[in-house]
Amino acid sequence: MASRDDIKFLSNPNIGKERKKYCRFKKYGIKHIDYKDPDFLLQFINPQGKILPRRITGNSLKYQRKMSTAIKRARHLALLPFVTDQLK
Amino acid sequence: MRNYEVTYIVDPVLSDGELKGISTTYQDLIKSGDSKIVHVDKMGLKQLAYPIKKRTTGVYECIEFTTPNGAIIDQLELALRRDERIMRFLTVSLDKFGVKYNEDKRNGLIGKKRTEEESKKEAPKAAAPAPAKAAPAPVEKAEAKAEEE
Repeated sequence: MASRDDIKFLSNPNIGKERKKYCRFKKYGIKHIDYKDPDFLLQFINPQGKILPRRITGNSLKYQRKMSTAIKRARHLALLPFVTDQLK
Repeated sequence: MRNYEVTYIVDPVLSDGELKGISTTYQDLIKSGDSKIVHVDKMGLKQLAYPIKKRTTGVYECIEFTTPNGAIIDQLELALRRDERIMRFLTVSLDKFGVKYNEDKRNGLIGKKRTEEESKKEAPKAAAPAPAKAAPAPVEKAEAKAEEE
């Protein structure tokens, strides 16, 4: 039986807490971002086809730059659209 | 030696023979300048994200090559620009990570790379049997000790 002292919180304190963002490229050791892989790059653009900011993706500056270059290359090759609606 | 990669989109209305012809033309052009072709990736017919020259599909092809200097790039790009059958092209220089990535992709390792999050989840499962194997060993050692005594 849990005594009165064991019960510290009435609700789970972890619920509603913002999860820490991380750079997935650093975490999983991905060194190269392929511009010919639009499905992967789709994770970093919004439904209008705009590149998401670091604030949201959580990427480090180095990989955010590489990622944005890759997206721009993919756009040039018509693998990703420049402007669109309802991409996702 | 420098590593490059050229990707181009060919007009989809052409026949297979013509597509092969284009592919060999540019491969020969690259080879002429003391360069070596590492790999030719035929990505095939794809839907374009936006229309180019009133076409909605295109045939993609990617040639990876090494060259002692960048002299061939100018010739190649000029030829691609002059070719009306080529809708778009992009030449990219590859760093060591890019070369490794392409090599891994050819060996079929990239599918794993893309789902690395999943493989990390699977890792504890794979690790689980290992201690089980390790466990009997101390028992044997204990027995050996018992025999010694």
